[in-house]
Amino acid sequence: MRLEYFQLIDRIVDLNLADRKISSEATVPATSTIFEGHFPGYPLMPGVLLIETMAQTSGWLVVALNRYARMPFLAQVKEAKLRTFVTPGQRLSIDAHLAHDGSGFAVTKAKIKADGKAICDATLTFRIVDFPNPEMANWMQETAAKIGLGIEARADG
Amino acid sequence: MSSTYETIANIIVETCDIPRDTINPDSHAINDLGIDSLDFLDIAFAIDKAFGIKLPLEQWTQEVNDGKANTDQYFVLKNLSARIDELVAAKGA
Repeated sequence: MRLEYFQLIDRIVDLNLADRKISSEATVPATSTIFEGHFPGYPLMPGVLLIETMAQTSGWLVVALNRYARMPFLAQVKEAKLRTFVTPGQRLSIDAHLAHDGSGFAVTKAKIKADGKAICDATLTFRIVDFPNPEMANWMQETAAKIGLGIEARADG
Repeated sequence: MSSTYETIANIIVETCDIPRDTINPDSHAINDLGIDSLDFLDIAFAIDKAFGIKLPLEQWTQEVNDGKANTDQYFVLKNLSARIDELVAAKGA
């Protein structure tokens, strides 16, 4: 994770397009300027960033299902439950699956665990639109390669 | 009205917290009921699930933007009911 850059996924560990599900991993950094304020003397991963972590994992699933042709933007967070604190250095396992494939939108259900223990979960809705510009589309392709999203999920795979 | 309309009306009540007695078949979801695009995604989600269809929202939006249709055709509830009935019939054909 690079919290300051909103890069919350370290790697995709599984992508199953047939079952419309994905798993990723991320390790909370030991240090971050974010922990200086959240909170002094008691560093905690902000809950909104846990939700963003679930959104990014879900987003990669939706991107892959759309063959990198369109971009999902987070539109709604429902039933978000932040069950326990997350501290620097913890390794997180994130799972998401597509709950609904709508016209121009998608709904996913996502959850995070650490050491097998439930950390948080939510139902997320995304608007799916054309990439606003080629730069963003390219950046998504490059980032997908960096986090290990299978090449077979891209292009016409 | 048809049960399709009743189902839609109930979905709107549950999704948008709009009083049931303010909704009628001639209500325009956007202009009369004030439902915005995000809330309409919730409604579309619920309709998709309830009827086992996929409301073609993107196609409808494109048709409106291209001037080939007006919003009344899709967002007045009695018309929306008719469109849903057509989609359900097409699915079963």
